[in-house]
Amino acid sequence: MEITEIYNKLKDKFGDSVKDLIISPPSDAFIAIASDKLFDICLELRDNPEFDFDYLMCISAVDFSENLEVVYHIYSMNKKHKVILKVSVPKENPVVPSIERIWRSADWHEREAYDLLGVVFEGHHNLIRILLPYDWEGHPLRKDYKEPETYHGMKVPY
Amino acid sequence: MTTRKFIDIDFSRIESDRMRLNVGPQHPSTHGVLRLEVELDGEVVTDVIPHIGYLHRCFEKIAENVTYPQVIPYVDRMDYVSSMNNELPYVMAVEKLMGIKVPDKVEYIRVIMSELNRIANHQIAIATFGLDAGAFTPFLYLFRDREYILWIFEKASGARLLFNYFWIGGLANDVYPTFKEDVLNIVKQVRKTNQEIERLLIYNKIFIDRTANVGILPADVAINYACSGPVLRGSGVQFDLRKNEPYSIYDRFDFEIPVGKGEVGTVGDSWDRNIVRMREIEQSCRIIEQAVEQMPNEGDVQQAIPKKVRPPKGEIYFRCENPKGELGFYIISDGKDKPYRVKARAPSFVNLSVLPEISRGYLFADLIVILGSIDIVLGEVDR
Repeated sequence: MEITEIYNKLKDKFGDSVKDLIISPPSDAFIAIASDKLFDICLELRDNPEFDFDYLMCISAVDFSENLEVVYHIYSMNKKHKVILKVSVPKENPVVPSIERIWRSADWHEREAYDLLGVVFEGHHNLIRILLPYDWEGHPLRKDYKEPETYHGMKVPY
Repeated sequence: MTTRKFIDIDFSRIESDRMRLNVGPQHPSTHGVLRLEVELDGEVVTDVIPHIGYLHRCFEKIAENVTYPQVIPYVDRMDYVSSMNNELPYVMAVEKLMGIKVPDKVEYIRVIMSELNRIANHQIAIATFGLDAGAFTPFLYLFRDREYILWIFEKASGARLLFNYFWIGGLANDVYPTFKEDVLNIVKQVRKTNQEIERLLIYNKIFIDRTANVGILPADVAINYACSGPVLRGSGVQFDLRKNEPYSIYDRFDFEIPVGKGEVGTVGDSWDRNIVRMREIEQSCRIIEQAVEQMPNEGDVQQAIPKKVRPPKGEIYFRCENPKGELGFYIISDGKDKPYRVKARAPSFVNLSVLPEISRGYLFADLIVILGSIDIVLGEVDR
């Protein structure tokens, strides 16, 4: 199934929560969606046999100065088609519903996005840091991140 | 053949104290600096919590601060036992973003190098897996063979492990004159050792007893956890990006996708994951033989290298079949000479997340075997 077809079907079902389809080669085409309906849309993508998306490849969070964007790359093993979803949330309150209960692979990806960019995934069963120490402060992949002077008495910048 | 099933006890009815045990971070069978917090009931594993991040080297942050070609050495250091394979998706992603078409000769050399490195990676995986199960001799044989492959890499690129050999649009330098003969000799040697290893390790009764019916990963769970590579194929799912979504020139070669069939136990057990690696080595040998035969002798490997690497605004997710699974790079370009964001979807990271799911209810000694069968490299888990 092509991404335009997926977009139209989602648009029919979810209305304004499915925002735009953006196609600009050589970039991959993606669908921008509202964060509040993310869980339902993902559930539809997995459970509707027409879509049959069963394989969540990757979740990446990106810092665009005012907004944080979360990008979902999803693939279907049987139908061999893929879709890219994008959710944009304001930096002051970056809350996105967790889709860990739909695809279990989202568990660690969401923890990583929380750890490095501070996106809060609502409904995640164990949203703690994964790569950095548990008591680290700040989210290093944000563009305005300032590294701390010391960590437990150790000098950080070398 | 054993019929040992995993121990299914209703734990709530037995009154016993649970014990928490730390495995690692410095432990020979964690394959690096990985800490497993294991909850044990007697000798039975009731829960595993992996704590990762000890080897975190801020790859993604560094990548935002260096130019596109300067990222390649850092990519090497992610999965340090299969660096050639790591470079491939990164350079191909940037090439696709910039619309560069590389010459045929470059593609063939890339495929040969990648497949050689796949063999080297699987040899390490099988060797250390054997070591985890208590077999020491195959480890020595396989490491000897891997060294021959590393010699070829050293002759071609100047480095044994971290190559910086694939460049955006080409290669660092051409291969040396006797490259083809050397590669074909290696293939012969690899096949010979493979036969030995099958007799010595794979169909050894002790090895089968330790690994069959241990750590069973059903296909639907594997897909839901987005496992890839031998972990996914060991569960009987016939999925290989080289075949299903051919990149580079993989559509020109004739090869098969080996999957786990539950020959000595259940589909998706540790033995199956290992046999998939074993059979993949043979398939890689086939690809290498065909590639060496088709590879053109003439051609400039640096002809398509751009003077300035400055991709247009845009973003791309490109994935390749690495020895450990699907390695994807999500690159966002803002039109400058440094990437705006590079996200690496590391196969080991995703594959490791399935460990708690498949190790509950087995004995503690089996946990070590299950971890070995997933084949992780901590450099890639932590990045």
